[in-house]
Amino acid sequence: MVNLIWAAMALIGIVFAAINGTMEEVNEAVFKSAKEAVTISIGMISILVFWLGLMKIAEDAGLLAKLARLFTPLVRRLFPEVPKDHPALGYIVSNMVANMFGLGNAATPLGIKAMEELKKLNGERETASRSMVTFLAMNTSGITLIPATVISIRMTYGSASPGEIIGTTFIASSLATIGAIFIDRYYYWKRTRGGK
Amino acid sequence: MMAFVQWISLWLIPAIIGFVLLYGTWKRVPTYESFVEGGKEGIHIAFSIIPYLVGMLVSVSIFRASGALDYLMRGIQPLAEAIGMPPEVVPLAIVRTISGTAALGMTTDLIATYGPDSFIGRLAATIQGSTETTLYVLTVYFGAVGIKKMGDALKVGVLADILSFLISFFIVLFVFGK
Repeated sequence: MVNLIWAAMALIGIVFAAINGTMEEVNEAVFKSAKEAVTISIGMISILVFWLGLMKIAEDAGLLAKLARLFTPLVRRLFPEVPKDHPALGYIVSNMVANMFGLGNAATPLGIKAMEELKKLNGERETASRSMVTFLAMNTSGITLIPATVISIRMTYGSASPGEIIGTTFIASSLATIGAIFIDRYYYWKRTRGGK
Repeated sequence: MMAFVQWISLWLIPAIIGFVLLYGTWKRVPTYESFVEGGKEGIHIAFSIIPYLVGMLVSVSIFRASGALDYLMRGIQPLAEAIGMPPEVVPLAIVRTISGTAALGMTTDLIATYGPDSFIGRLAATIQGSTETTLYVLTVYFGAVGIKKMGDALKVGVLADILSFLISFFIVLFVFGK
């Protein structure tokens, strides 16, 4: 699926460029975006090292387990495959909390750690487990309390009330997350009972 | 309200750092050693993401630079107009799923052109704020831990994005009116 989409985007683009006469732009885009990807990855080192370091302290101190226990009833229902008090749950919860507050650069390292723990639970297989799909479904919609970047853009362009979209953003993202969970459940149901 | 939001975003991170260090010290965790040990992993993760991200961004950028993306968006616009959605925000809805930087640029442009307190401005802000860049999240998270088969994750993510876009539209319409 991913292989197909990945190849198709590039192939359609190349064919389109041939017809449209935009080959020059495509050439430029290839090298620019490759460079951008490396810049992003390397740029993430500082954030990853810092937050993973800090979170290691939190884990060793038992703080993550405490946080996970706080949300146990909810998270257990969402991730029935993950054993109780497993560190994966702590990372999942702290990732969601970081996302809620718009701490994108704290959320990513925590999410990656959560994925790592989920992979261990899945016997280090290279295929996504049920819990991973659920976790990513929730992450791509992500409940947002404070969309800081957007508020600052609105401020820059002289909004009378830059923060007024906090409410709509919160409701929209919460409903979308609930929707994402249902979509995820539907596909899980299809995989297991639909016989695919 | 605004002052409160600014206050939170200023204090939140230092507060988290302070709390973790205080709690760790109280629980007699060797804080500095734990920090270094955890941090080491970050370097490895950042490097392992590189090939995944290069592959994905190059493919997306070919699609975008060739003009194929614009063509796709023009195809979807009549559909949006049919339910009363301003066609100007449709490109944002599509790009939001595949490229975070491009989406942020589009949101800024829409807010600058139509005003932050217009229907389009509010809708663009809500779309931008309420969802993540699905393709990026999938690439980074799966890439970092070396998952090659994503299963239904992409399908679920894209469907959730479409849902999130429609919800944003109706919520903004309901709360602020046109």
